[in-house]
Amino acid sequence: MSEPISALNHASYDGIARIEECGLQGMITLRGDLSGKVVIKAVKDATGQKMPGQREAHVDGETGVCWMSPDELLVLVPYAEVEAKLAAMKDALGGVHALAVNVSDARAVFRVSGASAREVLAKVAPVDLSRDAFQPGQIRRSRLAQVAGAFWMDGEDDFRVVCFRSAADYVFKLLKVAAQPGSEVGVY
Amino acid sequence: MSTRLANQGRLIDRSKQVTFTFNGKTMQGYEGDTLASALLANDQMMVGRSFKYHRPRGIVASGAEEPNALVGLGEGSRFEPNQRTTTTELFDGLKAESQNHWPSLEHDIGVVNNYVARFLPSGFYYKTFIHPKPFWKHVYEPIIRQSAGLGKAPDKETRDADTYEHFYAFVDVLVIGGGVAGLQAAKVAAKSGAKVMLIEQTAHWGGRAPVDGGTIDGEPVDKFVEQTVSELEAMDNVTLRLRCMGAGVYDHGYALGYERISDHTPGAQGPRHRLWRIRAKQIVTATGAIERPLSFAGNDVPGVMLASAMRDYVVNWGVTPGERVIVATNNDDAYRTAITLKKAGVDVLRILDARDSAGPLADEARGLGIRVDPGKAIAKVKGGKRVKKVAICNQNGIGGAREEVECDAVAMSGGWSPVVHLWSHCGGKLIWDEANAHFRPDPDRPPLGANGEGFVVAAGSANGPLSLGDVLTDAQAAGAAAAKGAGFKAKAGKAPVGETTAEAPMEAVWLMPANAEVQLRMKSWLDFQNDVKVSDVQLAAREGYESVEHTKRYTTLGMATDQGKLSNINGLAILADSLDAEIPKVGTTTFRPPYTPISMGAIAGEARGEVFQPIRRTPMHDWHDRSGADWEPVGQWRRPYAYVRPGETVHDAVNREVKNTRENLGLLDASTLGKLIVKGPDAGKFLDMMYTNMMSTLKVGKCRYGLMCSENGFLIDDGVVARIDEDTWLCHTTTGGAERIHAHMEEWLQTEWWDWKVYVANVTEQYAQVAVVGPNARKVLEKLGGMDVSREALPFMEWRDGQIGGFDCRAYRISFSGELSYEIAVPASQGQAFWDALMEAGKEFGVMPYGTECLHILRAEKGFIMIGDETDGTVIPQDLGLHWAISKKKEDFLGKRAQERSHMTDPDRWKLVGLETVDGSVLPDGAYAVGEGVNANGQRNMIGRVTSTYYSANLGRGIAMGLVKHGPDRMGEVIEFPGTDGKIYKAKIVDPVFYDKDGEKQNV
Repeated sequence: MSEPISALNHASYDGIARIEECGLQGMITLRGDLSGKVVIKAVKDATGQKMPGQREAHVDGETGVCWMSPDELLVLVPYAEVEAKLAAMKDALGGVHALAVNVSDARAVFRVSGASAREVLAKVAPVDLSRDAFQPGQIRRSRLAQVAGAFWMDGEDDFRVVCFRSAADYVFKLLKVAAQPGSEVGVY
Repeated sequence: MSTRLANQGRLIDRSKQVTFTFNGKTMQGYEGDTLASALLANDQMMVGRSFKYHRPRGIVASGAEEPNALVGLGEGSRFEPNQRTTTTELFDGLKAESQNHWPSLEHDIGVVNNYVARFLPSGFYYKTFIHPKPFWKHVYEPIIRQSAGLGKAPDKETRDADTYEHFYAFVDVLVIGGGVAGLQAAKVAAKSGAKVMLIEQTAHWGGRAPVDGGTIDGEPVDKFVEQTVSELEAMDNVTLRLRCMGAGVYDHGYALGYERISDHTPGAQGPRHRLWRIRAKQIVTATGAIERPLSFAGNDVPGVMLASAMRDYVVNWGVTPGERVIVATNNDDAYRTAITLKKAGVDVLRILDARDSAGPLADEARGLGIRVDPGKAIAKVKGGKRVKKVAICNQNGIGGAREEVECDAVAMSGGWSPVVHLWSHCGGKLIWDEANAHFRPDPDRPPLGANGEGFVVAAGSANGPLSLGDVLTDAQAAGAAAAKGAGFKAKAGKAPVGETTAEAPMEAVWLMPANAEVQLRMKSWLDFQNDVKVSDVQLAAREGYESVEHTKRYTTLGMATDQGKLSNINGLAILADSLDAEIPKVGTTTFRPPYTPISMGAIAGEARGEVFQPIRRTPMHDWHDRSGADWEPVGQWRRPYAYVRPGETVHDAVNREVKNTRENLGLLDASTLGKLIVKGPDAGKFLDMMYTNMMSTLKVGKCRYGLMCSENGFLIDDGVVARIDEDTWLCHTTTGGAERIHAHMEEWLQTEWWDWKVYVANVTEQYAQVAVVGPNARKVLEKLGGMDVSREALPFMEWRDGQIGGFDCRAYRISFSGELSYEIAVPASQGQAFWDALMEAGKEFGVMPYGTECLHILRAEKGFIMIGDETDGTVIPQDLGLHWAISKKKEDFLGKRAQERSHMTDPDRWKLVGLETVDGSVLPDGAYAVGEGVNANGQRNMIGRVTSTYYSANLGRGIAMGLVKHGPDRMGEVIEFPGTDGKIYKAKIVDPVFYDKDGEKQNV
């Protein structure tokens, strides 16, 4: 086994917001009946979090759970723990119809932070990013210009952005353009 | 001459001089000038030539409606043609060039068109360039192309130096237009608590009200503007943007704002333009009104200007377009221009009022000593490159009994038309206002939103009212209505009281003089940019063009870059008159976004250069790039076509890779192949429907090649399916098919078989997958060590989980090359390390990476089909001889019934065969085989086509596959493929498997 390397290996950029690739994040796609007790318990056991509602994200650092669709969750766990957590989850879900699969390596994760972070994202995602519309605790599964992406807030002016690994280079360059110096919009 | 006045100029800063050039001549202006005002200050009356007749043209307007004063702006990587001088803010170092002339603005060859104008009426092109037919391509088109276009395209070698971006905004109320109406409407809406965005296309708030005068709540208009702006700025729920034009209004409250961030400070950090993509619950269009020209002979001579524009130049920029001015009007408003000019010290020689009487403004004018001539009109303006004389006649006449007066500028006013463009973009309807002779928004028929309610409210003069008081009252109501429409409670409140001098009614004047003789009508311009005259529209009517849309296209009225902002109403009034119809019966042409042209850069946003398009990269992308990869786009992925070594051609590299893979060891980055996990109690049943063959019976640990068809029976994808456990399958798709097939599966699960217990997940990118191919494949894996990859432990078409070289992996014994082959999947984040380990360990076995072309050749040698080559959306598996992969036992699968239709079972369908050229050469890709006889169009009958064709280094000859009529029954026959190179290629029909027909090599 060699040292796993994330898509951009922690590349970063400072513009009107700071863009950094976060490195590897354990991620499990979980599909099932989100109102089912077994699924709710499996999520709780894996993350300590309760089941998120529509467009909600309960995330604390590298651990958490995000609502992705009416029958899909994105479960976050530390990268090193993903196999163990996945195995436990599969065990717990044994009796019900559900799908849990490791997608940690299929993704890239970025942090977009700083005073203009909201504006940087509002340039590439058709999402209302005003303070009254988007806050920590929410997630949007949307697009980042021409590719699929999702993001939530870890704190004020602090976003985590997820995209497919193959698009990491595109998304990094895209966010760099969106965060280029002098491009503050001045609304958020 | 036109000149700078000693005083006035509310928008310029006389302490800050700005230097610019026009056609290479250095000129001076002030900060706050537009390019138009600065040109006028430098007595540059003539600024361009018209499109068709190359007539000299001057500045006619002061804003977005300007049809004439377009220039090429900037140079090199910042050059842009067709920029309106009236909306270009002056900056130090600005370089402008006039357009549409040769060799120079002053001396132009194309003006010859002007002298033969009577032979170039509307429809001239249609009538003339039809016969004889062959002349079109070789004579007419080249000439027309040469003379087409207004400005020059930027040099093809340069690249735009600037960046652009989009921005998504969501508001309750979007107010478009920052004049007094927009400001008041925004304020009323904002006070209700609604989130409001107010955008204004110019660099200043207040619109034209401060120029027109009057008072608001007893104070000057400027004061009201200043106060309202500061009130709005203080509100958290309000966003204000200057230099941001409302470009278009679309369905569901979507609107585009075009912000010109640094046009006035070129080279500044940050994007040049920003396209605001706005979702608004309600939109207020406070877009003002545009003054109409009057149609009299010579109304296009430089120095003839809209009366309001002339007033703007004096008040805003301290510039007078002339020293002896004649004013022609059909309304009271133009008197304000005469009064303004007079007070600024300019000689106003006459006010020619087409009406018999005027309101109190006329008395004021007379009081200043201006001669007012009621019932008079301009018969003709004389002068070439600038106004010299005006011939005056009675309005009610044919233009005779003239009196000539020398002057150097003419102000004209034909009344005002509300800017209804944005109201109309999304379906808002108009009504004809007889009193003001204009179309205005019909409040009962607004553009409708998703809930069936109107989502656009027009405000101020954009809604019809023209006096300051009425404008403010209307804006107050509009702001409240929009807030209410957006779900807020707006306090009606009292509108500010606007007071101006009362005006007498205007009178519609569509032609000056009313019965102008034909010589005058032929010089009375309607569309200045496209050279459409009154006589052209009348001719169109005589020739039977009754629809305004047809007349527009026949005459090109309103088809120029200004989209008829000045010409539209005048033109359709002439048309209505010629057709003896009511104006509202004739109607307007369609208003389409954008309001004025917006930059291509703004539309593209950030999508240029490195981020023009996403390029998907596998974990080994950088290694490939360093190792000579000649890239091939496959969907959004880039895959190495071949790894070219120094001194090799791409073709050399492909041949080397082909031979090495067959003889030693090849590595292919197969990470791009789609991988879909399908899991659940009904997954087997589901896959039996998805694939033509049986997947439910596949044993755990085994693999099966499968075909997927659409419900119409056509082949859409193929790939190897592996059964992972009792209720889990992993389906490989083609590289381009992963997302598409994932969506295809989800669609069937969500819309048809929603009660089946199946979940699908796309795990394509979780794995880096490497095809280890060739006689030495097993040796390299055994050298790396780990799981047993022997023939017995891991037989052909099976898979195992384990470790190789310390990497957790899943090894598949599958082969797309016909060689001993493994596909090894490892976590993507270890893909590069695994690839490195294989390359290192493979050295002694002659390892080389190979690209997609080698992959293609290897599979073609084996007669394996490729989705996209052998299939094109019209091919069914039966055409490809894939009957063995179509289950006869299954009751149903997608495509089954379709494949039983008569056309699908027709024995005449072209079928897959191998093709071997008689002389060993390579068949041209896509070439058609010809048969006997000709079809109904006199073309040779076709009997087949080439679907894949390659040079096989292993066989030392060209090999190909193709679809041929009755192909499998014609083995050994030689058929002919005429190439586009004039040669006829002869090929023998053979079995499509060229290499190792018994499949022994892959099964060792």
